[in-house]
Amino acid sequence: MNERKPVGQQNPIEAAAARKKLSAKPAKLGRDVQARLGQQLRAMYDDVVNQGVPDRFSEMLNRLESNGSKDSH
Amino acid sequence: MAMDESVRKAILGAVPSLRAFAISLCGNVDRADDLVQETLLRALANIDSFQPGTNMSAWLFTILRNHFRSEYRKRRREVEDSDGHYAESLKSQPEQYGQVEYREFREALSQLPQDQREALVLVGASGFSYEEAANICGCAVGTIKSRVNRARTRLAELMHVNSAEDFGPDEQVRAVLAGGE
Repeated sequence: MNERKPVGQQNPIEAAAARKKLSAKPAKLGRDVQARLGQQLRAMYDDVVNQGVPDRFSEMLNRLESNGSKDSH
Repeated sequence: MAMDESVRKAILGAVPSLRAFAISLCGNVDRADDLVQETLLRALANIDSFQPGTNMSAWLFTILRNHFRSEYRKRRREVEDSDGHYAESLKSQPEQYGQVEYREFREALSQLPQDQREALVLVGASGFSYEEAANICGCAVGTIKSRVNRARTRLAELMHVNSAEDFGPDEQVRAVLAGGE
């Protein structure tokens, strides 16, 4: 079950046969699935990114900066 | 801690993406924001070790990831039930996908092994190259590639357990999802 050969090591005829076998429905769906998973991952990630910078972070930097300028020299 | 304006800009500019990465690691928004805050404090305390001209974002991701590894991982078990919390924190569910599918996806992502999840997010969502992701994770480029491939395969398995007949035997699905590698 787990002894799938790395694609690069398959002999060319086997590889071609495998591709042909997959070229119908399963292969297409497989790529569709992969694309869909990628889209969902980015959608989830971008949803957070689009929230921008919460105030606590800019405030923290401001605070550190004003402390810093008071303390140094 | 005198802060160069360009440094300040670069740090703030990286915050949204750092948060998204942190949430994918923690699965909990409050914890993720604490992680980001601690990351920024560490970064500023060590700003002298940042090499100007290199990628600030990658540098911050590395600090965040290492800090998470050392501090947060052991606490993770306590917050495994954070899914609902995460959902609430999002302003809106992405509209182009059904809610069920979106929930399934997050659930599947949370079930991935840590190594695979972070590799997938860094490459597939944060937009880092395999080389950058390898630097951030402190491993070889080939290791990142294999983790990303395994992550994709596993996600597909987790999300399609009920429609396996559409995809043929597991072997075929794996072969297709493994793509170029």
